[in-house]
Amino acid sequence: MNLSPDQLIYWQMGFIKLNATIVFTWLVMLVLVLSSILITRKLSTHLQRSRWQNLLEVVVITINQQIEEVGLNQPHKYLGFLGSLFLFIALSALGTIIPGFEPPTGSLSTTAVLALCVLVAVPMFGIQDQGLARYLSTYTKPTIIMLPFNIISEISRTLALAVRLFGNMMSGAMIIAILLTITPFLFPIVMTLLGLLTGIVQAYIFFVLATVYIAAATSTQKTSAASVN
Amino acid sequence: MLIDWFTVIAQLINFLVLVWLLKRFLYHPILDAIDAREKRIADELADAYEKRAEAEKQREAFQQKNADFIAHRATSMANVTAEAKAEKIRLLDLVRQESDALRSKLSLALKSEQLTLQDSLTQKTQEEVFLIVRKALKDLAETSLESSMARVFIARLAALKDEDKVSLTSTFESASQPLIVHTAFDFPEAERSLIKAALQDMLGASADIDFASDPNVISGIEVNVGGQKIAWSIADYLAILTKHVNQVMQLHDESRDKDQAIDGEGQGGHEIHV
Repeated sequence: MNLSPDQLIYWQMGFIKLNATIVFTWLVMLVLVLSSILITRKLSTHLQRSRWQNLLEVVVITINQQIEEVGLNQPHKYLGFLGSLFLFIALSALGTIIPGFEPPTGSLSTTAVLALCVLVAVPMFGIQDQGLARYLSTYTKPTIIMLPFNIISEISRTLALAVRLFGNMMSGAMIIAILLTITPFLFPIVMTLLGLLTGIVQAYIFFVLATVYIAAATSTQKTSAASVN
Repeated sequence: MLIDWFTVIAQLINFLVLVWLLKRFLYHPILDAIDAREKRIADELADAYEKRAEAEKQREAFQQKNADFIAHRATSMANVTAEAKAEKIRLLDLVRQESDALRSKLSLALKSEQLTLQDSLTQKTQEEVFLIVRKALKDLAETSLESSMARVFIARLAALKDEDKVSLTSTFESASQPLIVHTAFDFPEAERSLIKAALQDMLGASADIDFASDPNVISGIEVNVGGQKIAWSIADYLAILTKHVNQVMQLHDESRDKDQAIDGEGQGGHEIHV
């Protein structure tokens, strides 16, 4: 049994290889981008619109509102990064209901990359918003003594993000695989539904945490609020 | 090892590409469409507010006009009513006058017709009377009406008082025209001679006497001398006859009116039953 879809290699040439993680990532990307292209090809600005356009609008507006509710005043600026995180993780979780689908988020490499992206994006948005000096000074708040702890906190929360998502997705896939060998009929279906719920919740958690980190970095006041949280 | 570094690099690239693609094909178009729709709705709302304000303004103007119109209508109506009343009175007066004129005209026409009818009746009666008397006299006394009339006329001449005779003679002599004896019909020569002789006996032998027949002469024989008249007249008989005829006619009219009244009541009763 493979713990991660990374170990399921379809093609390899030296260092370069094509494993299940990359292939299913491409699949998720293809579904997302293709459906976006197809639906946004004939967008209506009238009151009447297609149900697919309506679905996309609901998704985009909901993500936008969530970003705003967390405390980011200009959600459009962060929508590209945070929305893509949510949609990628959520679609990977949704895909688990298809037999044979390996969620790319069940690979620690993927979750690590997503967490790394958050790790990079947080200071990037922080510096963009406040300037370098002011952003760096937030690490010395409330005193200079807190600097190492703040750095450790930054790294640890990134690790936590990566491992939390990986653990949840991997465990879901593992439980289903084990249950299939023990009780092959109804029980795995129930567990799949549970896994689906867990996957969506994890997507939401990952998205909200990333938003909160960015919100904390873009405002000094919000940094303290986030620290309390 | 759970982390594969090649996969990490590949996934990093994949994720960045995904972010770019979704930005390009999903977020921007959808947000643009939403913004366009919001702008459109805002424009339509603004337009609607503008139209509503305009409609409100027009409604107020219309209400004002309506109030003016109602006030104007009331005034006009009062004026027109007064004018119509005056016109009605005027027309009624006119109709009354015309009616009075027509009534009097009709009355005159009726009177004239009545007179004409009376004249013609008198004429006819006279003719009939003469005819009957002539026939009766001829049948009973073997004499003609003309000779009887002439005798009566001559007798009446003879019975004139002396002062009347003198007055007639003087009047005739003062008139330069000949004396004309008007008769209702042509008299035979014998009777003419008798009358002529009687007149010449009274007026003088040289008196010029002519005869003229005129069916309108009711009297039968009539002589006019300077306003004085000697005549044998059947007018009295005719007057009596006319009186009797009128009485009969009146009775006939009354009985006819009574019959009509009874008929009217009967019809009324019949109508009640219907």
